[in-house]
Amino acid sequence: MELALALLKAFVVGGLICVIGQLLIDYTHLTNGKILVIFLVAGAILQAFGLYEYLIKFAGAGASVPISGFGYALVKGAVESVKEMGPIGAFVGGLKATAIGISTAIVFGYAVALIFKPRTKEM
Amino acid sequence: MAYMVNDSYDLPTINYVNCYILDGYSVAGPKERMGKLGEHYDLTVDNDKFGEDTFEKGERKMFATALQGAINKSGVSDSDINAIIGGDLLNQIVSTSFATRGYPIPYLGLYNACGTFVESLVVGAMLVDNYMQHVACVSGSHFSTAERQYRFPLELGVFRSPHSQWTATGAGCTILSNHSAHPCARITKATIGRVVDYGIKDINNMGAAMAPAACDTLLAHLNNTSTKPDDYDLIMTGDLGKLGGYIFGDLTSKKGVVLGDNYMDCGASMYYPEQRTYMGGSGAACSALVFNSMILNQLHNNEIKKMLLIGTGALMSPTTSFQGDSIPSIAHCIQVEYEEELWN
Amino acid sequence: MKSQQKDYAQISKSNYKSYVFETSPKSSHWKNMIWAFLIGGLICVVGQLLIALFIKLGLDKEMSSTLASSVLVALAAITTGIGIYDRLGRFAGAGSTIPITGFSNAIVAPAIEFRSEGLIYGIGAKMFTVAGPVIVNGVSVAVIIALLTALFGG
Repeated sequence: MELALALLKAFVVGGLICVIGQLLIDYTHLTNGKILVIFLVAGAILQAFGLYEYLIKFAGAGASVPISGFGYALVKGAVESVKEMGPIGAFVGGLKATAIGISTAIVFGYAVALIFKPRTKEM
Repeated sequence: MAYMVNDSYDLPTINYVNCYILDGYSVAGPKERMGKLGEHYDLTVDNDKFGEDTFEKGERKMFATALQGAINKSGVSDSDINAIIGGDLLNQIVSTSFATRGYPIPYLGLYNACGTFVESLVVGAMLVDNYMQHVACVSGSHFSTAERQYRFPLELGVFRSPHSQWTATGAGCTILSNHSAHPCARITKATIGRVVDYGIKDINNMGAAMAPAACDTLLAHLNNTSTKPDDYDLIMTGDLGKLGGYIFGDLTSKKGVVLGDNYMDCGASMYYPEQRTYMGGSGAACSALVFNSMILNQLHNNEIKKMLLIGTGALMSPTTSFQGDSIPSIAHCIQVEYEEELWN
Repeated sequence: MKSQQKDYAQISKSNYKSYVFETSPKSSHWKNMIWAFLIGGLICVVGQLLIALFIKLGLDKEMSSTLASSVLVALAAITTGIGIYDRLGRFAGAGSTIPITGFSNAIVAPAIEFRSEGLIYGIGAKMFTVAGPVIVNGVSVAVIIALLTALFGG
C-alpha cells in the first residue's frame, strides 16, 4: 500500500513537471538544450532556499528523476561539502554528488556509439 | 527586425535564345519512394546510405549517380559535357564537389540553399546560350546529413513543430544543350531573385520565411513578360511547403495576382499525410526530383506547354540562427516551354 | 491555416510576423500535455520502483535514489541506441526530454551520430553538444549558490 502511494505521488508530480516543460515548448518554441538548462537551474535555485528538498521527500522519484532533480543534487552536494570542508567544498560537492549519473551517461554513451550506427528517422 | 530594401527597384528578366533541356535524371531516397511521386523517379534507393558507410558518402553517390544517369539518358557522352554546375546543402557544398571529382570536366559550385537547383539552371542556360554546347546542372539534399548539420542528431528525441518540413533525400540532374536534334523543352526566360528578409526567425517555419521572396520574384517575372498566372500551364515553387505555399498565394493575391489550380509546390506534393512530414518536403532535392521526373515527362509528352519553376532558398546557417538573426531568403524563376511546332 | 483573426488587407514587412503567427497551424496543446504527463509520469514511476528495489536490497534512501537515476540513464542510452527513444520524443515531447532519461538521450544521440568522425573528434568532441550546457550551467550555478551559503552562513 505504501509503495502504491509512493508510485502514485511519483507519477503525478513527475508528470506535472513534464507538463510545465511541454507548455514551455508549445508557447515559446524553446529548443531541447534550453528547456533542460531552464529546469536544471530552476531545481538548483529552489534548493538554494532548501525548497526542492521538500518536493523530493514528498514525491521521491517524481522529483529526483526530472532534470530539476539533477540541479537539486548539484546544489545539495555543493552546500553539504561547504559545511564539511569550507568554501573550497563548493567546487567539490556538486560533481561528486552527481558523478554516478554523469559517468554512467558518458560510459554508456561511448559504448552505445561504438555498437550502434545512426539510423534515419522514419517519421 | 525586417531588413529594408528598396522594393521599387525592378528585377530584370533574361531571355535565352538557344537553351534546350535534353533530359533529366532523378535519384530518390526511401521515404520519397513511398511518397506520392514514388513511381516517377528514375531510380529509388531502399537505404539512405546507398550502400556506403556514412550518410554523407551516400549523398555523394546519389549526386554522382544522377549526373551519370542524366548524361547517359540524354544520349551524350562524358566528353560532350563542357561544364558541371550545381550545389547542395552541406557545408562547403561537399556532396556536389566530391561527386564531380571523378570527371575531367570544368566545374562551378553554387549555393542558394534549397534554390540551388533552379540557380544552376539559370547559370547553365546562360552558358549554353553563349559559350558551351552541353552543361550538366545537378543538385539535391539528404535528410540525415542536413538534419545533423542544421538541427539535431537523428537519435535525439525532439518534438517536431507542426509547421516544420522534412528535408527530402535525393538528387536530380538536368542536361542543357545549345541545340537538339529531337523535340524537347527549352528554357526561354529567367528572373534572378534578390535576397528578401521579412524578419522570420523560426527555423522550423522556413516556408513562411521564403514566401515573400517567391512572391517578389514571381511578380517581377509576370510584370516583365506582361503575363498573368493563367497564361501558364503550371506555376511551381520549390519547397515552400503547405503553409509557405498558402502564404505565397495570399501574398500574391494581395498584390492583385491570383494563383489558380495550376499552382503547385514540389515539397508539398511529394509525401502522403501519413508520412508525417507535416508541411511537406524541403531541401534542394524537392525541385530537383520533381522537375527531373514527373515535370520533364509531362513537358516532353506535350501535357505542359509553358511553365514557371521558382526555386526558393532560405539562406541562414545554424550560427546566424543561434546569434538571433532572421532568415534571409531567395527565389529564382525560370520559364520552361515546349513548342512542338518548332520541330515540325 | 484557416482561422485568421484579423483581416490583413495589406501584408508588409512590419505586420508579416504577426500575420505568419496567426496563419500557422497550432499544436494541439491538450494532446501534447496529456502525452507529456503520461510518459513523464511513467518514467518517474519506473524510477520509484527502482528506488523501492534498491531499498529492499539494503541500500540507504539517498544512494537508492542516485542509483535509480543511473539505471534510468543506462536504459535511456540503450533505447537511444536501438532507435526507440527518438520515436518516443516525437509525441511525448517534454515527457521524454525533462526526465534524466532525456539528458542521457542528449548525450548518447550525438555520440552515435558523430561516430563517423572518429573516437576523438567525433564521439569525444561532440558527445556534449546538446547536454554540455546542462552540466556547464548546472555546475556553475551550484558552485555560486554553495559559495553564497558559505558567505552568509546558509
